[in-house]
Amino acid sequence: MSASQNWPLYEIFIRARGGLDHKHVGSLHAVDARMALEHARDVYTRRQEGVSIWAVRSTDIHASDPGESDSLFEPARDKVYRHPTFYDIPDAVKTL
Amino acid sequence: MYTQGLDAPGDRPVAPVPADDAAHEARFQARVDAEEKIEPKDWMPEGYRQTLVRQISQHAHSEIVGMLPEGNWITRAPTLLRKSILIAKVQDEGGHGAYLYSAAETLGVSREQLIDQLLSGKAKYSTIFNYPTPTWADVGAIGWLVDGAAIMNQIPLCRCSYGPYARAMVRVCKEESFHQRQGYEIMLRLAKGTPAQRQMAQDALNRWWWPSLMMFGPSDTDSKHSAQSMQWKIKRFSNDELRQKFVDFTVPQADFLGIRVPDPELRWDAEAGCYRFGAIDWSEFNEVLRGHGPCNRERLEERRQAHAEGAWVREAAVAYAEKVRERSAGKAA
Repeated sequence: MSASQNWPLYEIFIRARGGLDHKHVGSLHAVDARMALEHARDVYTRRQEGVSIWAVRSTDIHASDPGESDSLFEPARDKVYRHPTFYDIPDAVKTL
Repeated sequence: MYTQGLDAPGDRPVAPVPADDAAHEARFQARVDAEEKIEPKDWMPEGYRQTLVRQISQHAHSEIVGMLPEGNWITRAPTLLRKSILIAKVQDEGGHGAYLYSAAETLGVSREQLIDQLLSGKAKYSTIFNYPTPTWADVGAIGWLVDGAAIMNQIPLCRCSYGPYARAMVRVCKEESFHQRQGYEIMLRLAKGTPAQRQMAQDALNRWWWPSLMMFGPSDTDSKHSAQSMQWKIKRFSNDELRQKFVDFTVPQADFLGIRVPDPELRWDAEAGCYRFGAIDWSEFNEVLRGHGPCNRERLEERRQAHAEGAWVREAAVAYAEKVRERSAGKAA
C-alpha cells in the first residue's frame, strides 16, 4: 500500500450524556471526517456510551511538552492563596 | 490518549536521544515505581518500547484472528438470538483489536506495519486460536474458558504502567464479562440438555481445557521476558500465578455444569487452599507456536484473503474522499 493510501488518524471524543464534556476515548483511522464519525460510533459506542461524537485529525492537536511540564506549570505552584481554604475565618462567621 | 500523530508523521524516535541514558532510566524507573503512568511522549527505555510494541501488537492480532473460530458459527447458530449475540461478540473482538492497534501506534509503529507483520506470518498471536471449533459447544467453551483466561490476564493489565495500553484494557475488560457469561450460559444449556448435548459440552471442555491453561504462557522458570516486564510494571503477576487462579476459579464452574475437567491428576489441596493439576504438555504449545497447530495455516490464509479482497474497498474510500475534497475546494475557489 502506498503512503497516500494510508488512512489518516483521528482522535475521538465522546459526550457520555447531555450536560457532560466531550472526553477523549481513543483514536482510529478514517479517510475523512464523516467516516471517522461512523467508525467512532461502531468502535466506541456499541453500548450506548455516548450521545455526541467529535473527531479531530490527530495532526491538528498541539500538545505541551512533557519534558517542560515543570517550568510550564511552575507559576501556579506558590499561589496557594488562590484557594478558599487558604483563609482563616472564625467559625462564628456564617455563610462565607 | 492516542496522540502519536501530534508531530511529524513517520518513524520518528519516541523521544530525543538523552545525553545521559542512565539518569533518564533511573528517573523512568522511579516514576514506574511510584505508580505514575508513562505516556507516549515521555522518555522511555528502548527495551520498554519494544516490549510494549511486541506485546500490544500480539494482543491486537489475537483479537483479530480470534474472530475466526467463532465467526465460523455465525451462520449456524442454533437460534436467531444466539446468532445476534455471537455477531455482537465477534464485533467486540474486532473492536478490541482496533483499541489495541491504536495503543501500539502511540509507540511509533504504523498500522500498516503491524498488519503486514501479521499477514506475513512474522508476528505471533495467541496459540489458542489455532484450534478448530467443530461443534456449537466449542463456542460456549471459548466464551467460558478462553475469554475467562483472557480476563484473568487482562485485569492486571488495566494497571499496566503504559497509559494507552492500560486505558485500552479498561475498555476491553468491561466488554469481556459479557463474552464469558454468554459462553458459560451456552454450556449450562447443553449440560442441562439431552445426553447427547451433555456429551457435546464434555467433549468441548476436553478440547479446550489444556489449550486454555497454555494461554498463560510458559512456566515462570522458562519465561523469557517475565522479570523485566515485572520491573517495568507491564506485568503484575507471573504466568503461573494467573494460571493457578484460573484453575481455582474454573474447576468449581465445571463441577456445577456436571462435566469433568480432563486431568486425572486434578485434586483439591485443602492445606494449600488451591487445586493441584497435572503437568502441561509444552511440546504441544511449542508446536502450535511454531505454526504446526491444527489451524495455523487456515487462519492466516483466511486473514490474507480478507485483506486482499478488501483492498478495493480501502482504495475506493481514499479515492472518494479525495474527490469530495477536490470538489469542495473547487467550490470554495
